[in-house]
Amino acid sequence: MSPLLMADITVFLLSLLVGFEVISKVPATLHTPLMSGANAIHGVVIVGVMLLAATATTVTGYVLVLIGAAFAAMNVTGGYVVTERMLAMFRPRREEKP
Amino acid sequence: MTTFDTAIHLVYLAAATCFVLGLHLMNSPGTALRGNRLSAAGMAAAVLATGAVLVRDHGITVWAVTALTAGAAAGAVAGLITARRVPMTAMPQLVSLFNAVGGGAAALIALGDAVQRSQEAGTPGLQTTITTVLDVLIGGVTLSGSLVASGKLAGLVPGRPVTVPGGRWATVLLALATAGLAGLYLTGRTGALGLSGIGVAALAAGILLTLPIGGADMPVVISLLNACTGTAVAMAGFVLDSSPLIIAGALVGAAGAILTKLMADAMNRSIGAIIAGGYGTGDSAGPAAAVGAGAPVRAITAEDAALQLAYAHKVVIVPGYGLAAAQAQHETVALARALTERGVQVSYGIHPVAGRMPGHMNVLLAEADAPYEQLKDLDEINPEFPGTDVALVVGANDVTNPAARRPGNPVSGMPILDVDRARTVIVIKRSLGHGYAGIDNELYTRPGTAMLFADAKKGLAQLLAGVREYAA
Repeated sequence: MSPLLMADITVFLLSLLVGFEVISKVPATLHTPLMSGANAIHGVVIVGVMLLAATATTVTGYVLVLIGAAFAAMNVTGGYVVTERMLAMFRPRREEKP
Repeated sequence: MTTFDTAIHLVYLAAATCFVLGLHLMNSPGTALRGNRLSAAGMAAAVLATGAVLVRDHGITVWAVTALTAGAAAGAVAGLITARRVPMTAMPQLVSLFNAVGGGAAALIALGDAVQRSQEAGTPGLQTTITTVLDVLIGGVTLSGSLVASGKLAGLVPGRPVTVPGGRWATVLLALATAGLAGLYLTGRTGALGLSGIGVAALAAGILLTLPIGGADMPVVISLLNACTGTAVAMAGFVLDSSPLIIAGALVGAAGAILTKLMADAMNRSIGAIIAGGYGTGDSAGPAAAVGAGAPVRAITAEDAALQLAYAHKVVIVPGYGLAAAQAQHETVALARALTERGVQVSYGIHPVAGRMPGHMNVLLAEADAPYEQLKDLDEINPEFPGTDVALVVGANDVTNPAARRPGNPVSGMPILDVDRARTVIVIKRSLGHGYAGIDNELYTRPGTAMLFADAKKGLAQLLAGVREYAA
């Protein structure tokens, strides 16, 4: 095993644990926005597609980049916009408090 | 490491920090919006930094730039339009769709990377090939599986469990084929072509695995698929050796895993049993023939029910799947508001699996302007039922069945809302049809329970009209 892989595995495992720790406290009220927000975060796959584009030199490669970019961009923009829309509805309404 | 590389790595680190803190801020409705914006800012920074890397390296071809920008522009526009237009009731299928494309993009990264490597000399190490295979496999299953789930939620694919003849054998064959191709790929005897074969097998497996799962199990399935996408993205991160992908992927994987566990527990079913599928009728209401069968029930008119509500001190509204299906969230909140104006103390008792995805009911009620302080979860609301005058059950069934407290039936051990402990219970329901567990609800035949047979939307409108009369 290379040191690089070792470092990657360490990062992966620790992030997994941080994820469990941070998310297990989210109340049921916010589960849908949480899932939608997490969904937007995996839109980071767009960074992967950009890195792939940097190495693509064949027609097959270009086609894969094209589809991948469309998928990832849809994921990341749609994910954040829809989460924003949902959370905007969760504002407290003080006038209705007794 | 040059200064430029250091700067890029620091930006990636900052982006990852934003993701973690963003998720952390989701802990409370007051800070959640800020959390999402922080996370979006981190994402923008990561994308810009990667753009800077591409510009600096000059290695990228004009065609690749064209493909990247054209694809990204098309995807961004599609994402923006759908995200802005979608009604809140259709949220689960949209989230599922975004999940599908995310998984698909992750799989394409591994495939594209393999295509590129085949152009170059030298063989990639096992650490790349293993993660490549895993990425294509998980990403492929997620892509087709999420599309089927999205179709089921949108009603394009039947919500009932669809059994494919020989489906189980086909799944086994696909698994064997995948294992064979993976072996060939890992030992260097096949390249991108074999990997595409794995991708095709994964797509087919995703469809075969999701079709037999009933519509009512969807909260678990989309949580699980969300976890899968996270894992696929993390694998793509391993392939490209990109830490933002690994970190974000792991975070999402953890989020999906937690929600999957919570949802499965709330339904009292094991994750394995849900994936095996074939359980329940899913979306469809029980057979109409069940009306009037079994023990006698007490029907109530809307006028009498409105009277009871109007003169109660404390009312708990229990919304269920039927409310989401009838899109009656606005009527529910209007009724609650009319009661609050009369001085009645109103809260909502929300079961974790109410709706079609985790927490969906809260979003629907928030959309209708229900103050979130009134939204109570299972543990909060259950101690309040003994002091409640009227529990109003709207379109919820199995999650209110007292039979769950006894062993030996399909809902045994399932966490339920203790509505039967309220002084009186009014149930708005179209018929005495079964819930998806397929058993009689003992709540309906209890002496303290009255049934208002109506569609959720119409029944609530009648109640509201009734309550308003007393307010005059």
